[in-house]
Amino acid sequence: MSKKILEVKHLQKCFGEKEILKNVSFSIQEGEVLVLLGPSGSGKSTLLRTLNGLESIQKGEIYFQGELLKGEEKQWQAIRQKIAMVFQNYELFPNLTVMENLLLSPTKVQKREKTTVEKQAKVLLERIGLGEKLKSYPRELSGGQKQRVAIVRALVMEPTMILFDEVTASLDPEMVREVLEMIQDLAKERKTMMVVTHEIDFARRVADRVIFMEEGEIISDYTAQEFFEEQKNERITRFLNSLTH
Amino acid sequence: MDIQAIVESFPYYLQAMGTTLKLAFGGIFFSFLIGLLVGFIRYFRVPILKQLADGYTELSRNTPLLIQLFFIYYGLPKIGIQLSKELCGVIGLSFLGGGYMAESIRGGIEDVPLIQIESGKAIGLSRVQLARYIIFPQGFLRSVSNIGANALFLLKETSVFSAIAIMDLTNVTRDLISMYYLTKEYMLMLVISYVIILVPMGLFISYIERRVRYGVFGD
Repeated sequence: MSKKILEVKHLQKCFGEKEILKNVSFSIQEGEVLVLLGPSGSGKSTLLRTLNGLESIQKGEIYFQGELLKGEEKQWQAIRQKIAMVFQNYELFPNLTVMENLLLSPTKVQKREKTTVEKQAKVLLERIGLGEKLKSYPRELSGGQKQRVAIVRALVMEPTMILFDEVTASLDPEMVREVLEMIQDLAKERKTMMVVTHEIDFARRVADRVIFMEEGEIISDYTAQEFFEEQKNERITRFLNSLTH
Repeated sequence: MDIQAIVESFPYYLQAMGTTLKLAFGGIFFSFLIGLLVGFIRYFRVPILKQLADGYTELSRNTPLLIQLFFIYYGLPKIGIQLSKELCGVIGLSFLGGGYMAESIRGGIEDVPLIQIESGKAIGLSRVQLARYIIFPQGFLRSVSNIGANALFLLKETSVFSAIAIMDLTNVTRDLISMYYLTKEYMLMLVISYVIILVPMGLFISYIERRVRYGVFGD
């Protein structure tokens, strides 16, 4: 029996009058790769952002490793070291070099030894073929390289789980693969991840479980096998077809 | 055109240029410090100090330098503070410039994209760390061009110093004209002197600006 890392109960999120997330409940186990699918505007990204304390919630509860997250900034600051997030627009800090980007949080927030983190960061960069770019500034990297460095930035924090928010959506097609392969490798290492994506083949390859959302609601929560092979839900089938064309 | 008079006026203009530059740089330097300080106070919304900083910014930007100088030069002695006119000039210029610098710095800070701030939050940075490593450095880089424009503006504002008898370029010219009645000649020298100061400074500022922008944002 594996351990429950994150649990969300009856989450509701509104922007003014508009309900973005409606009574969303699910949980994620240690080592699980959970893929969130659904049409644009279905609330997937918003859901991910609430799990990083970037959006306030109106109702419901979020438990991380059994701890109730009350929405206070102080608590979130601590939690964010354990729930890392990678955004759509590879947001490295342009005023810092690649290495400085990687060291910032581990040394300043987590107060770890600089040399240890440096070594670890180097290993991670070399593994993705960017060992040469330590001293480069983000502007000197391609979109795909930036996004991979952003993923490394999340990894050096040694988080318990990682949230990926459409990380390939603003990349040129030829760079999508290098980023997806990197995430796939992480999946093989049994990192706990929650992934919002529109890359359906990629979802098929990495997902242990798939949650399908539409209009702020969870329509289905299946294992990958059930979702891609067995379910007969008309809306899901229509969505899958729209993506494979 | 009396060429000889022009040539003979060189030493006066050189000296006046020195005075103008010295006081201008003093004013620009302190304006910048005030601007930074006000920027910090406003960003962190320090109670009371923030209201003071806001009030100061409005006051300094919405009153003419001439009036500010009169207050400092003629007003302060009335409450027993006697300062040299050069010091009054620098104080006046800093008072004026501080408000402009503060606004530029605020503008730069507000231009830092939200996603940069969220990325900082997402890696666990606290409010102060976020300000120190992300928002202030980037905000500052984004305000460089406005800070440069303010510096040029302040340099030109030194012409008001003649009102409190500082021998800057404008005042020297007025003196020379009233002594020799050679309006054309000395006016020409005045313009040339300002151009000699301002054009290189303008070029230097846009060079820095391009370097900084390209260095960081690559555009």
